[in-house]
Amino acid sequence: MASPLDLPVAELAACVADPRDPLRAADVVDASLRRIAALDGRLHAFLHVDDAGARRAAADLDDRVARGEAVGPLAGVPLAVKDNLAVAGLPLTCASKVLGGYVAPRDATVIARAKAAGAIVVGKTNLDEFAMGSSTENSAFGASRNPYDLARVPGGSSGGSAAAVAAGLVPLALGSETGGSVRQPASLCGIVGHKPTYGRVSRNGLVAFASSLDQVGPFGRSAEDTAALQRVIEGADPLDATSRAFPDGPAAARLAGDLAGLRVGVVEELEVGATGDPEVVAAVERVRAALVARGATLVRLSVPLMKAGIPVYYVVAPAECSSNLARFDGIRYGARVDAPELDALYARSRDAGFGAEVKRRILLGTFALSAGYADAFYKRAMSLRGALREQMTAAFARCDVLVSATSPFPAFRAGEKAGDPLAMYLCDVLTVTANLAGGPAVSVPAGRTRAGLPVGVQLWGPDGSDLGLLALGATLRGATGLAYEAPALAREVP
Amino acid sequence: MTAPFRVIVGMEVHLQLRTRTKAFCACRVAYGDEPNTHLCPVCLGLPGALPVLNAEALRLGVRTGLALRCAIAARTKWDRKNYFYPDLPKGYQISQYDKPLCASGFLEIDADDGTTKRVRIRRAHLEEDTGKSFHVAGTKHSRIDLNRCGTPLLEIVSEPDLASADEAARYLEELRKVVAYAGTSDGNMQEGNLRCEPNVNLVYPNGDRTPIVEVKNVNSVSNVARAIRFEVARQDAEYRAHGRTMANTPRSTRGFDDATGETVHQRTKESADDYRYFPEPDLPPLDVDPALVEAERAALPELPRARRTRYVEAFGLSAYDAGVLTADRRVADWYEQALVAGASPKGVANWLTGEVFARLNAESRGIEAVPFPPARLGELTALVEGKTVNAQAGKQVLRTMWESGEAPKDVVARLGLAQVSDPGAVKAACEAAIAAEPNAAAAVRAGKLEAFGRLMGAAMKALKGKGDPAAVKATLTDLLR
Repeated sequence: MASPLDLPVAELAACVADPRDPLRAADVVDASLRRIAALDGRLHAFLHVDDAGARRAAADLDDRVARGEAVGPLAGVPLAVKDNLAVAGLPLTCASKVLGGYVAPRDATVIARAKAAGAIVVGKTNLDEFAMGSSTENSAFGASRNPYDLARVPGGSSGGSAAAVAAGLVPLALGSETGGSVRQPASLCGIVGHKPTYGRVSRNGLVAFASSLDQVGPFGRSAEDTAALQRVIEGADPLDATSRAFPDGPAAARLAGDLAGLRVGVVEELEVGATGDPEVVAAVERVRAALVARGATLVRLSVPLMKAGIPVYYVVAPAECSSNLARFDGIRYGARVDAPELDALYARSRDAGFGAEVKRRILLGTFALSAGYADAFYKRAMSLRGALREQMTAAFARCDVLVSATSPFPAFRAGEKAGDPLAMYLCDVLTVTANLAGGPAVSVPAGRTRAGLPVGVQLWGPDGSDLGLLALGATLRGATGLAYEAPALAREVP
Repeated sequence: MTAPFRVIVGMEVHLQLRTRTKAFCACRVAYGDEPNTHLCPVCLGLPGALPVLNAEALRLGVRTGLALRCAIAARTKWDRKNYFYPDLPKGYQISQYDKPLCASGFLEIDADDGTTKRVRIRRAHLEEDTGKSFHVAGTKHSRIDLNRCGTPLLEIVSEPDLASADEAARYLEELRKVVAYAGTSDGNMQEGNLRCEPNVNLVYPNGDRTPIVEVKNVNSVSNVARAIRFEVARQDAEYRAHGRTMANTPRSTRGFDDATGETVHQRTKESADDYRYFPEPDLPPLDVDPALVEAERAALPELPRARRTRYVEAFGLSAYDAGVLTADRRVADWYEQALVAGASPKGVANWLTGEVFARLNAESRGIEAVPFPPARLGELTALVEGKTVNAQAGKQVLRTMWESGEAPKDVVARLGLAQVSDPGAVKAACEAAIAAEPNAAAAVRAGKLEAFGRLMGAAMKALKGKGDPAAVKATLTDLLR
């Protein structure tokens, strides 16, 4: 018999929730923990596995089901959580030494909502330190690996969550996005990853990297699974003043409807062209052709300010990060390195606690906000960001969705870009603009390269059209047959 | 003689707004509690915690701004002020940088020349307070109490319109009264809910200006005046001895030492502090509801200075008495409630500031300790003014009211204190007094009027103290003519 872990999430939850069905949450969680035990030594997707807590939560859920209580739409579904989201009682490290020993006192809003829906948190997943990176190599606790090729990276910064889902360790995972940290690893791991509209999902309990860009996002093997998690975590939250409800509008309905007449935007600035991998270019072309074959029309357009995406992003995100990470000062967190003077204590503690990439971004951001430079950098970047938003609004007046590659290339080899920050920053070239503009974007599987590496396609819609985009993802799979395929590694353990 | 220089003082005041909970979380605001007991993930700056604005802080900020005659911004925003300090757990303070909630107001005070001076308010913005650090003498350690962290503050920045230590002190006194009247802050400097930093320098007739000094650690109005006086003398001496001016000397910060009355150099501001302000991404821009502003404007009470002027102009009180009565809104309210009994405002004011205050001061208690309702004092004043009792007996009535809480007319009736002005009885008493004090009578007749008091005393004694003093005086004068 196939593992219950491999069932669609809705089916799995329905079985667990049905007292007449023999499948119990305890069995599902046990299957997940066994796969983690068998495979994670090679993947290093997890930083912390909460074996006892997960089994306890599963037993509680089974008791409630046995008593005839109603349980939620994620009943018994094992959930992996990126380790920059607070889960009460579990370590919260952000893959940084600075937070070594810190245990979260409360659940993030998304965690509380997922738990209330019946999801079982099995552990915390690896990431680039404080979500800064695109390969999960910038972890203070060791890199994660791509389940399709252990010599390659899973992408990042939510690489642990993406690898865990792709390897079949869990059906669902949570990540976070600041510049592509859900979509890019989803693409490199052949699964679905969604970046919600800014404000659609509460950031309460997400350790801030760049607050005006950060969003929590769901991973799943299918668009339906991913949408199931998205529906549970989204919605206004009184604990996050930037969160709000997005009622389903006509844009979402359009995307969820028939492909005939769908206006598919092909943005010049999102074309990979000669600089990208030809197999990625071909995969995107195949998807567009399938859409056209079912009645969609291609709209070619230009969003000139997308060219400024990377420079604008690498001013705004480090600026906010330099402020958000100021609290990790050795006074209350992490190992304090004592010094005769207060300033030296700060400097030494932060020097010892943060990794190179985090320090680089703090320095960049501090510089960008400094008197005499803020006008040329931070203020100029913010003004370009505002103008980019306007150009995106104009673009969505002409089309319903943008379809492009998610990443210019498939998974790269571990270490290949580790010594070249600029090359690493360019991994986000196709994703950062959605964070800057605020809109929703999802990466869905679009086949594999000849070497067997997954390729993803990005669907980007107007603000608030999240569920429509995910529905389009499912329609697209039906049209192309391009779906998640388990890696060989996942078949080793039942 | 012209002054050798002019004194220029601008004032930065941090005012704690009187909210029940903190500015961006639900923790209680409490002074003097066990350290580190009013904390949550938000005010502790725990990773992942986010601020959410307390609407009451905004309302009190708007109300204070209106009391200071400021324009209230229709749209404002929040900014982060970044700096490292152990009592600032997030490493930044949520403040308002380029779009303050309130701007372009004024506060009127008495200038040194007796005229009214409008001290311009440049801006007033909302921000959160920090925690407190305690540096324990003789140890290697500092202690940090974060209870205060996140308490809402209004930072009120004046233009440099104050021309002396006394004016600065009066500005603070007036500000304290205004916020107490508006009900927006306790304004207590000892408890630190009103903290001020005067910026002081001097300008000479030749145009030279001494470098601006910001004075910290002044925790009372009198210390503000002391600190400024010390600074004025110190800066003048530095200018005359070394020619120190703005042109050749940087701005600096000095701390006031209560024990010596001196200011001590803390640090030099070679360049402006770089707080790397940027818009707070965790809080959306704030549209201030015009209905809120209008409701607060309508609810704003008459402010102390306007009330003082009204007492002088409408009630004929002296400026001094009007000032005393309006210093505390509760006293002024009590006073006006006492007026309903129909006595003269001046008479009631005299009884209140005289007899009533004397009793309260002796007991070190406030106006709320008066054991009878305000109207009773008005009734007593009316009895004296209507000559039902004389002033002496009135004091006895008040003493009795204080103990029994009776109505004054009941006290008068019970103790038989009604004044005697019957001409026959008065004349008999006066004749008896002249008979009993023949030497005094002779002296008065010889023109030595200082002996008259002795005869008055004897006549009043014969009337058991209840005689109408005016009638007794007139009758004695007649008899001795």
